[in-house]
Amino acid sequence: MAAISRDDVAHLAKLARIEMTPAELDHMASELDQILGAVKRVQEVATADISPTSHPLSMSNVFRDDVVKPSLSNDEALSGAPAKAEDRFKVPQILGEE
Amino acid sequence: MTLDYAAATQKYEPTLGLEVHVELNTNSKMFCSCATEFGAEPNTQTCPVCLGLPGALPVVNGKAIESTILIGLALNCSIAPYSRFARKNYFYPDMPKNFQTSQYDEPICIDGYLDVEIETDEGPKVFRVEIERVHMEEDTGKSLHVGGSTGRIHGAEYSLLDYNRAGIPLVEIVTRIIPGTGKYAPQVARAYVTQLRDILRSLGVSDVKMEQGSLRCDANVSLAPIGSGLLGTRSETKNVNSLRSVERALTGEIERQANRLEAGERIIQETRHFLEESGLTRPGRSKEQAEDYRYFPEPDLVPVTPDAKWIEELRAKLPENPADRRKRLQKEWNVPDSEMNSLINAELVDVVEETIKLGAEPTRARTWWLGEISRLANEKEVAPTSLITTAFVAEIIALISSGDLTDKLARQVVEGVVNGEGSPKDVIEKRGLKVVSDDSALMVAIEAAISAQPDTAERIRGGNIPAAGALIGAVMKATGGQADAAKVRELLLKHLGQG
Repeated sequence: MAAISRDDVAHLAKLARIEMTPAELDHMASELDQILGAVKRVQEVATADISPTSHPLSMSNVFRDDVVKPSLSNDEALSGAPAKAEDRFKVPQILGEE
Repeated sequence: MTLDYAAATQKYEPTLGLEVHVELNTNSKMFCSCATEFGAEPNTQTCPVCLGLPGALPVVNGKAIESTILIGLALNCSIAPYSRFARKNYFYPDMPKNFQTSQYDEPICIDGYLDVEIETDEGPKVFRVEIERVHMEEDTGKSLHVGGSTGRIHGAEYSLLDYNRAGIPLVEIVTRIIPGTGKYAPQVARAYVTQLRDILRSLGVSDVKMEQGSLRCDANVSLAPIGSGLLGTRSETKNVNSLRSVERALTGEIERQANRLEAGERIIQETRHFLEESGLTRPGRSKEQAEDYRYFPEPDLVPVTPDAKWIEELRAKLPENPADRRKRLQKEWNVPDSEMNSLINAELVDVVEETIKLGAEPTRARTWWLGEISRLANEKEVAPTSLITTAFVAEIIALISSGDLTDKLARQVVEGVVNGEGSPKDVIEKRGLKVVSDDSALMVAIEAAISAQPDTAERIRGGNIPAAGALIGAVMKATGGQADAAKVRELLLKHLGQG
């Protein structure tokens, strides 16, 4: 059985705001299924004596001191904004959520 | 027929759940070195990290971790030996990265509790509020919805974003469900948030200003018929920005839910917004569909693994629990509940304690802070503590205790200090406010008063002691209020053969 269904892909595409055609969904479902299959093989060797990791380096507690450094200016911060107004980023109206 | 609150809670049992967000008062943001100052010009405290620009890498603010561990310890939590950050993915422009860096299944602190005491019909009662988790995340930017009539999202033409707040360290404190509060649910919630605020303030980790949003409460509540053992569908009320509102919002929401249930309707699982003016809530986002945030461990940050030594060092720094401290001080000062509550409500406990530590007589320390200084502060509409330092108050009280100042003169000294005339010493010198304690100087004034009112003096000689009031008043007037009235009385009566 496939590890990921076409419906799963459609759901993920919706969450990620990616528009996909039915043909693309079919294609992506089978590709993702192959990727998950490869990951599954890795899982077979990950035995109890190997702890899960989210990071390639075995480091922890990397902290910075609580010291303020200069920020960007308002102009710099907004220089890449597609639209701006009143020193702020201007975005289209937000629907359906609050 | 509609149920009022009393009827609603006779029929239905509320179950609470509270989420409190606290902005930490670090100098810099959670994952970058931008300033966190409140009220700066829009988008002047941002950088590639908090704007989510490609390639920017976050680094954790160590102070924020320390503050979070302190909060966990103060709330009787276990500190996880291993915790991680996670990405909470969602599309909403308040986070320019399209995800919020938060914690998911590996929070820093877990399994704590806070005992809160409230007044019930049967006297004071303690409710234990269990804390599920205390985790770290970052605050979001501020949106301004433009167009439409109400400033709300619906009907707005566009939104404007200020990212100064994005990335400020935010700690979320989540309770387990709180059953068994019955009709006291709103009071328990308020007492919990109040006590939490006091603890956070005593730890010095946050400004805890609800009106500025550095302390925010989301109140979850559900109802089920009493005795049913069921758990109803909950609503979550946001935008509750004062302690009083916590209580009002829950009272209103319990009433609303009870009446829906009475009418045979179902409760919709949704976010509701509290309306400060009416005390009611209006519906917001529906949460009928389970949210899918696709949490996954943040690959750009390494785990946080506090060792026992660090945790114990922080534990040793914990201040006394504010509720315990109040009980101890009340006992030490031997004051009734009413006066202690006045001190607490006026937020004067700390300064009174400090003033006493500086040598002031305890009763006077309380009376001056609660009385004259609070009165002046009310007039100026500022906090009493902003008017005068504890050192100056202690100095003035010492002068009253030693007889160098009368209460009346001391009031003038306080007024002078508050008006920026300098230290108490400066004011006394400039205004010439010393008690006339020189007996011979007082005797001159006393004899003058006697010759001005010979009949009164005669009555006193004849044993009419209360008549002395008129002569004492004359002497006080003649000395410009700078004499010690008790001393004048003593000298006068002695002079007239009644001492």
